[in-house]
Amino acid sequence: MTGQNLHEDGIRLTEEQKRRQRSRSVAIGLALAGLVVLFFVITLVKMGPGVFNRPL
Amino acid sequence: MSLAEIRETSFEETAGFGGQGAVGDYIALLKPRVMSLVIFTALVGVLIAPGSLHPVLAAVAVLCIAVGAGASGALNMWYDADIDRVMSRTRSRPIPAGRIEPGEALAFGLTLSAFSVAVLGLAVNWLAAGLLAFTIFFYAVVYTMWLKRATPHNIVIGGAAGAFPPMIGWAAVTGTVTLESVILFLIIFMWTPPHFWALSLFKRGDYEAARIPMLPVVAGEDVTRTQILAYSVALAPIGVLPAVLGFASLVYGIAATVLGIAFVFYALRVYRRREGEAARKAAVSLFSFSLLYLFLIFSLLLGDTLVPAVIGAIWS
Repeated sequence: MTGQNLHEDGIRLTEEQKRRQRSRSVAIGLALAGLVVLFFVITLVKMGPGVFNRPL
Repeated sequence: MSLAEIRETSFEETAGFGGQGAVGDYIALLKPRVMSLVIFTALVGVLIAPGSLHPVLAAVAVLCIAVGAGASGALNMWYDADIDRVMSRTRSRPIPAGRIEPGEALAFGLTLSAFSVAVLGLAVNWLAAGLLAFTIFFYAVVYTMWLKRATPHNIVIGGAAGAFPPMIGWAAVTGTVTLESVILFLIIFMWTPPHFWALSLFKRGDYEAARIPMLPVVAGEDVTRTQILAYSVALAPIGVLPAVLGFASLVYGIAATVLGIAFVFYALRVYRRREGEAARKAAVSLFSFSLLYLFLIFSLLLGDTLVPAVIGAIWS
Protein backbone atom coordinates (compact mmCIF):
# COMPACT_ATOMS: atom_id res chain seq x y z
CA MET A 1 0.00 0.00 0.00
CA THR A 2 1.22 3.51 -0.60
CA GLY A 3 0.78 4.64 2.97
CA GLN A 4 -2.65 6.06 2.26
CA ASN A 5 -5.35 4.91 4.70
CA LEU A 6 -8.51 3.75 2.95
CA HIS A 7 -11.74 4.60 4.75
CA GLU A 8 -15.43 4.37 3.84
CA ASP A 9 -15.43 8.06 2.96
CA GLY A 10 -12.36 7.79 0.72
CA ILE A 11 -8.64 8.14 1.06
CA ARG A 12 -7.21 9.86 4.11
CA LEU A 13 -3.71 11.21 3.65
CA THR A 14 -1.09 10.52 6.27
CA GLU A 15 0.54 13.48 8.06
CA GLU A 16 3.63 13.11 5.85
CA GLN A 17 1.48 13.16 2.69
CA LYS A 18 -0.36 16.24 3.95
CA ARG A 19 2.97 17.96 4.62
CA ARG A 20 4.20 17.14 1.12
CA GLN A 21 0.93 18.32 -0.41
CA ARG A 22 1.24 21.63 1.46
CA SER A 23 4.84 22.13 0.35
CA ARG A 24 3.87 21.36 -3.27
CA SER A 25 1.04 23.88 -3.06
CA VAL A 26 3.40 26.53 -1.70
CA ALA A 27 5.91 25.77 -4.48
CA ILE A 28 3.21 26.04 -7.18
CA GLY A 29 1.99 29.31 -5.63
CA LEU A 30 5.51 30.74 -5.58
CA ALA A 31 6.09 29.63 -9.18
CA LEU A 32 2.86 31.30 -10.34
CA ALA A 33 3.70 34.49 -8.44
CA GLY A 34 7.17 34.42 -9.99
CA LEU A 35 5.64 34.08 -13.46
CA VAL A 36 3.37 37.09 -12.82
CA VAL A 37 6.38 39.21 -11.81
CA LEU A 38 8.42 37.85 -14.73
CA PHE A 39 5.75 38.65 -17.34
CA PHE A 40 5.23 42.11 -15.81
CA VAL A 41 8.95 42.91 -15.95
CA ILE A 42 9.29 41.50 -19.49
CA THR A 43 6.37 43.69 -20.60
CA LEU A 44 8.01 46.80 -19.11
CA VAL A 45 11.36 45.97 -20.74
CA LYS A 46 9.87 45.15 -24.15
CA MET A 47 7.39 48.03 -24.33
CA GLY A 48 8.98 50.56 -21.98
CA PRO A 49 7.25 52.59 -19.28
CA GLY A 50 5.08 54.08 -22.03
CA VAL A 51 2.95 50.94 -21.78
CA PHE A 52 1.07 52.73 -18.99
CA ASN A 53 0.63 55.90 -21.05
CA ARG A 54 -2.14 55.01 -23.49
CA PRO A 55 -5.78 55.97 -23.97
CA LEU A 56 -8.26 53.66 -22.32
CA MET B 1 -15.90 3.96 -5.88
CA SER B 2 -16.79 1.84 -2.85
CA LEU B 3 -14.24 0.67 -0.32
CA ALA B 4 -14.57 -2.88 -1.60
CA GLU B 5 -13.76 -1.72 -5.12
CA ILE B 6 -10.84 0.33 -3.87
CA ARG B 7 -9.52 -2.70 -1.97
CA GLU B 8 -9.63 -4.73 -5.17
CA THR B 9 -7.41 -2.29 -7.01
CA SER B 10 -3.77 -3.15 -7.26
CA PHE B 11 -0.90 -1.31 -5.66
CA GLU B 12 -0.08 0.30 -8.99
CA GLU B 13 -3.61 1.60 -9.42
CA THR B 14 -3.80 3.12 -5.94
CA ALA B 15 -0.36 4.58 -6.47
CA GLY B 16 -1.91 6.10 -9.59
CA PHE B 17 -3.63 8.68 -7.42
CA GLY B 18 -0.17 10.23 -7.48
CA GLY B 19 0.91 13.31 -5.63
CA GLN B 20 3.32 11.45 -3.32
CA GLY B 21 6.43 13.41 -4.27
CA ALA B 22 8.00 16.21 -2.26
CA VAL B 23 9.10 19.45 -3.92
CA GLY B 24 12.67 18.16 -3.86
CA ASP B 25 11.63 15.16 -5.98
CA TYR B 26 10.34 17.46 -8.71
CA ILE B 27 13.57 19.45 -8.56
CA ALA B 28 15.49 16.15 -8.87
CA LEU B 29 13.52 15.43 -12.09
CA LEU B 30 15.18 18.51 -13.59
CA LYS B 31 18.67 16.96 -13.12
CA PRO B 32 20.08 19.99 -11.26
CA ARG B 33 23.72 19.00 -11.74
CA VAL B 34 23.33 18.77 -15.53
CA MET B 35 21.29 21.97 -15.38
CA SER B 36 24.11 23.83 -13.62
CA LEU B 37 26.45 23.06 -16.54
CA VAL B 38 23.76 24.15 -19.00
CA ILE B 39 23.20 27.42 -17.10
CA PHE B 40 26.91 28.15 -17.03
CA THR B 41 27.59 27.44 -20.74
CA ALA B 42 24.42 29.27 -21.82
CA LEU B 43 25.38 32.27 -19.67
CA VAL B 44 28.82 32.34 -21.30
CA GLY B 45 27.15 32.21 -24.74
CA VAL B 46 24.96 35.18 -23.79
CA LEU B 47 27.78 37.23 -22.28
CA ILE B 48 30.45 36.76 -24.95
CA ALA B 49 28.12 37.22 -27.94
CA PRO B 50 28.58 40.52 -29.78
CA GLY B 51 25.73 42.98 -29.49
CA SER B 52 23.57 43.86 -26.56
CA LEU B 53 20.54 42.39 -24.88
CA HIS B 54 18.71 44.01 -21.97
CA PRO B 55 20.00 42.37 -18.75
CA VAL B 56 16.46 41.31 -17.79
CA LEU B 57 15.95 39.64 -21.18
CA ALA B 58 19.41 38.03 -20.92
CA ALA B 59 18.40 36.60 -17.52
CA VAL B 60 15.09 35.42 -19.01
CA ALA B 61 16.99 33.72 -21.86
CA VAL B 62 19.27 31.84 -19.44
CA LEU B 63 16.28 30.93 -17.23
CA CYS B 64 14.35 29.55 -20.23
CA ILE B 65 17.36 27.55 -21.45
CA ALA B 66 17.81 26.14 -17.92
CA VAL B 67 14.12 25.24 -17.56
CA GLY B 68 14.07 23.71 -21.06
CA ALA B 69 17.12 21.58 -20.16
CA GLY B 70 15.43 20.56 -16.91
CA ALA B 71 12.26 19.67 -18.79
CA SER B 72 14.18 17.39 -21.15
CA GLY B 73 15.75 15.80 -18.05
CA ALA B 74 12.28 15.08 -16.67
CA LEU B 75 11.19 13.57 -20.01
CA ASN B 76 14.36 11.47 -20.01
CA MET B 77 13.59 10.16 -16.51
CA TRP B 78 10.00 9.41 -17.52
CA TYR B 79 11.10 7.28 -20.48
CA ASP B 80 14.12 5.68 -18.80
CA ALA B 81 12.41 4.71 -15.51
CA ASP B 82 12.70 1.00 -16.41
CA ILE B 83 16.49 1.07 -16.85
CA ASP B 84 16.98 3.59 -14.02
CA ARG B 85 15.51 0.94 -11.71
CA VAL B 86 18.36 -1.42 -12.64
CA MET B 87 21.38 0.90 -12.36
CA SER B 88 22.88 1.70 -8.93
CA ARG B 89 23.63 5.28 -10.03
CA THR B 90 19.98 6.00 -10.90
CA ARG B 91 18.00 3.63 -8.66
CA SER B 92 17.10 6.32 -6.14
CA ARG B 93 15.68 8.73 -8.74
CA PRO B 94 12.08 9.83 -7.96
CA ILE B 95 10.28 7.55 -10.48
CA PRO B 96 12.11 4.23 -9.87
CA ALA B 97 11.99 4.94 -6.12
CA GLY B 98 8.17 5.28 -6.43
CA ARG B 99 7.92 8.85 -5.13
CA ILE B 100 6.65 10.29 -8.43
CA GLU B 101 4.36 8.63 -10.96
CA PRO B 102 5.65 8.36 -14.55
CA GLY B 103 2.62 10.30 -15.79
CA GLU B 104 3.36 13.14 -13.38
CA ALA B 105 6.94 13.37 -14.65
CA LEU B 106 5.71 13.34 -18.27
CA ALA B 107 3.20 16.14 -17.62
CA PHE B 108 5.81 18.12 -15.67
CA GLY B 109 8.36 17.78 -18.49
CA LEU B 110 5.92 18.64 -21.29
CA THR B 111 4.54 21.67 -19.42
CA LEU B 112 7.98 23.08 -18.66
CA SER B 113 9.11 22.41 -22.26
CA ALA B 114 6.16 24.34 -23.71
CA PHE B 115 6.53 27.22 -21.24
CA SER B 116 10.30 27.62 -21.66
CA VAL B 117 10.11 27.65 -25.47
CA ALA B 118 7.09 29.99 -25.59
CA VAL B 119 8.54 32.49 -23.10
CA LEU B 120 11.95 32.49 -24.83
CA GLY B 121 10.25 33.10 -28.19
CA LEU B 122 7.95 35.86 -26.96
CA ALA B 123 10.48 37.63 -24.74
CA VAL B 124 13.73 37.21 -26.70
CA ASN B 125 13.56 35.79 -30.24
CA TRP B 126 12.14 32.82 -32.10
CA LEU B 127 15.47 31.54 -33.46
CA ALA B 128 16.69 30.95 -29.90
CA ALA B 129 13.29 29.45 -29.01
CA GLY B 130 13.43 27.17 -32.07
CA LEU B 131 16.91 25.99 -31.12
CA LEU B 132 15.71 25.31 -27.55
CA ALA B 133 12.71 23.33 -28.85
CA PHE B 134 15.03 21.34 -31.12
CA THR B 135 17.41 20.68 -28.19
CA ILE B 136 14.57 19.33 -26.02
CA PHE B 137 13.33 17.18 -28.92
CA PHE B 138 16.87 15.96 -29.65
CA TYR B 139 17.55 14.94 -26.03
CA ALA B 140 14.14 13.48 -25.21
CA VAL B 141 13.32 11.77 -28.51
CA VAL B 142 16.47 11.31 -30.65
CA TYR B 143 18.84 10.47 -27.76
CA THR B 144 16.62 9.01 -25.02
CA MET B 145 14.02 7.14 -27.06
CA TRP B 146 16.09 6.15 -30.06
CA LEU B 147 19.89 6.27 -29.83
CA LYS B 148 20.51 5.39 -26.18
CA ARG B 149 19.25 1.83 -26.44
CA ALA B 150 20.14 1.27 -30.08
CA THR B 151 23.77 2.14 -30.74
CA PRO B 152 27.12 2.36 -28.88
CA HIS B 153 27.54 5.76 -30.52
CA ASN B 154 24.52 7.02 -28.54
CA ILE B 155 26.44 9.69 -26.67
CA VAL B 156 28.45 10.82 -29.71
CA ILE B 157 25.31 11.97 -31.52
CA GLY B 158 23.23 12.53 -28.39
CA GLY B 159 25.96 14.79 -27.03
CA ALA B 160 24.70 17.45 -29.42
CA ALA B 161 21.82 18.10 -27.02
CA GLY B 162 24.25 19.17 -24.30
CA ALA B 163 26.24 21.25 -26.77
CA PHE B 164 23.39 23.52 -27.89
CA PRO B 165 22.99 25.77 -24.77
CA PRO B 166 25.85 28.22 -25.54
CA MET B 167 24.64 28.38 -29.15
CA ILE B 168 21.12 29.20 -27.92
CA GLY B 169 22.56 31.87 -25.61
CA TRP B 170 24.50 33.34 -28.54
CA ALA B 171 21.39 33.28 -30.75
CA ALA B 172 19.38 35.00 -27.99
CA VAL B 173 21.71 38.02 -28.22
CA THR B 174 22.58 38.11 -31.93
CA GLY B 175 19.50 36.52 -33.50
CA THR B 176 21.81 34.42 -35.68
CA VAL B 177 23.90 31.25 -35.69
CA THR B 178 27.49 32.14 -36.58
CA LEU B 179 30.81 30.30 -36.83
CA GLU B 180 31.74 31.43 -33.30
CA SER B 181 28.66 29.79 -31.79
CA VAL B 182 29.29 26.65 -33.86
CA ILE B 183 32.79 26.48 -32.30
CA LEU B 184 31.26 26.72 -28.80
CA PHE B 185 28.92 23.88 -29.83
CA LEU B 186 31.84 21.81 -31.16
CA ILE B 187 33.87 22.15 -27.95
CA ILE B 188 31.09 20.52 -25.88
CA PHE B 189 30.18 18.09 -28.68
CA MET B 190 33.74 16.70 -28.87
CA TRP B 191 34.14 16.80 -25.06
CA THR B 192 31.07 14.63 -24.40
CA PRO B 193 32.28 11.21 -25.72
CA PRO B 194 35.55 11.01 -23.71
CA HIS B 195 33.71 12.37 -20.65
CA PHE B 196 30.94 9.75 -20.73
CA TRP B 197 33.10 6.89 -21.95
CA ALA B 198 35.42 7.50 -18.98
CA LEU B 199 32.33 7.22 -16.76
CA SER B 200 31.17 4.08 -18.56
CA LEU B 201 34.58 2.44 -18.01
CA PHE B 202 34.14 2.52 -14.23
CA LYS B 203 30.33 2.10 -14.30
CA ARG B 204 30.34 -0.65 -16.91
CA GLY B 205 28.45 -3.10 -14.69
CA ASP B 206 25.52 -0.71 -14.43
CA TYR B 207 25.20 -0.32 -18.19
CA GLU B 208 25.51 -4.09 -18.71
CA ALA B 209 22.76 -4.73 -16.16
CA ALA B 210 20.49 -2.22 -17.88
CA ARG B 211 21.43 -3.59 -21.33
CA ILE B 212 22.42 -0.16 -22.59
CA PRO B 213 24.82 -0.59 -25.52
CA MET B 214 27.55 1.67 -24.18
CA LEU B 215 30.84 1.31 -26.04
CA PRO B 216 32.71 -0.71 -23.33
CA VAL B 217 29.78 -3.16 -23.16
CA VAL B 218 29.44 -3.64 -26.93
CA ALA B 219 32.94 -3.14 -28.32
CA GLY B 220 35.07 -3.78 -25.23
CA GLU B 221 37.23 -1.60 -23.03
CA ASP B 222 40.25 -1.53 -25.38
CA VAL B 223 38.21 -0.04 -28.23
CA THR B 224 36.72 2.46 -25.76
CA ARG B 225 40.19 3.54 -24.61
CA THR B 226 41.26 4.07 -28.23
CA GLN B 227 38.12 6.08 -28.96
CA ILE B 228 38.62 8.19 -25.80
CA LEU B 229 42.16 9.01 -26.91
CA ALA B 230 41.06 9.81 -30.48
CA TYR B 231 38.30 12.18 -29.34
CA SER B 232 40.63 13.81 -26.78
CA VAL B 233 43.25 14.46 -29.48
CA ALA B 234 40.52 15.97 -31.66
CA LEU B 235 39.14 18.08 -28.79
CA ALA B 236 42.45 19.71 -27.83
CA PRO B 237 42.83 21.83 -31.02
CA ILE B 238 39.10 22.61 -31.16
CA GLY B 239 39.41 24.10 -27.67
CA VAL B 240 42.05 26.51 -29.05
CA LEU B 241 39.96 27.54 -32.11
CA PRO B 242 38.33 30.58 -30.42
CA ALA B 243 41.80 32.17 -30.18
CA VAL B 244 42.81 31.04 -33.67
CA LEU B 245 39.64 32.52 -35.16
CA GLY B 246 40.16 35.75 -33.25
CA PHE B 247 37.21 35.85 -30.89
CA ALA B 248 39.32 34.97 -27.84
CA SER B 249 42.66 36.38 -26.65
CA LEU B 250 46.17 34.98 -26.79
CA VAL B 251 45.95 34.33 -23.04
CA TYR B 252 42.91 32.12 -23.70
CA GLY B 253 44.78 30.39 -26.54
CA ILE B 254 47.76 29.54 -24.34
CA ALA B 255 45.57 28.36 -21.45
CA ALA B 256 43.36 26.28 -23.78
CA THR B 257 46.47 24.68 -25.29
CA VAL B 258 47.76 23.70 -21.83
CA LEU B 259 44.33 22.36 -20.84
CA GLY B 260 44.07 20.42 -24.12
CA ILE B 261 47.49 18.85 -23.57
CA ALA B 262 46.46 17.92 -20.00
CA PHE B 263 43.25 16.33 -21.36
CA VAL B 264 45.26 14.21 -23.81
CA PHE B 265 47.65 13.29 -20.97
CA TYR B 266 44.76 11.97 -18.85
CA ALA B 267 43.35 10.14 -21.90
CA LEU B 268 46.76 8.57 -22.51
CA ARG B 269 46.83 7.30 -18.93
CA VAL B 270 43.44 5.68 -19.51
CA TYR B 271 44.82 4.18 -22.74
CA ARG B 272 47.91 2.74 -21.05
CA ARG B 273 46.52 1.55 -17.72
CA ARG B 274 44.20 -1.29 -18.61
CA GLU B 275 44.18 -3.55 -15.58
CA GLY B 276 42.82 -3.43 -12.05
CA GLU B 277 42.63 -0.48 -9.68
CA ALA B 278 45.09 1.62 -11.71
CA ALA B 279 42.78 1.41 -14.75
CA ARG B 280 39.76 2.42 -12.67
CA LYS B 281 41.63 5.33 -11.09
CA ALA B 282 42.80 6.55 -14.50
CA ALA B 283 39.20 6.55 -15.79
CA VAL B 284 37.94 8.36 -12.67
CA SER B 285 40.74 10.94 -13.02
CA LEU B 286 39.87 11.59 -16.67
CA PHE B 287 36.17 11.91 -15.82
CA SER B 288 36.93 14.44 -13.05
CA PHE B 289 39.42 16.40 -15.14
CA SER B 290 37.01 16.55 -18.09
CA LEU B 291 34.51 18.41 -15.87
CA LEU B 292 37.24 20.83 -14.77
CA TYR B 293 38.38 21.25 -18.40
CA LEU B 294 34.97 22.34 -19.65
CA PHE B 295 34.45 24.65 -16.68
CA LEU B 296 37.86 26.30 -17.19
CA ILE B 297 37.51 26.65 -20.99
CA PHE B 298 34.18 28.48 -20.64
CA SER B 299 35.43 30.48 -17.62
CA LEU B 300 38.41 31.63 -19.69
CA LEU B 301 36.12 32.66 -22.55
CA LEU B 302 34.00 34.59 -20.07
CA GLY B 303 37.08 36.18 -18.49
CA ASP B 304 38.23 37.24 -21.95
CA THR B 305 35.09 39.35 -22.31
CA LEU B 306 34.55 40.47 -18.72
CA VAL B 307 38.11 41.41 -17.67
CA PRO B 308 38.68 44.00 -20.47
CA ALA B 309 35.15 45.37 -19.89
CA VAL B 310 35.79 45.77 -16.14
CA ILE B 311 39.24 47.34 -16.75
CA GLY B 312 37.71 49.67 -19.35
CA ALA B 313 34.97 50.71 -16.91
CA ILE B 314 37.55 51.43 -14.18
CA TRP B 315 39.79 53.50 -16.50
CA SER B 316 36.99 55.58 -18.00
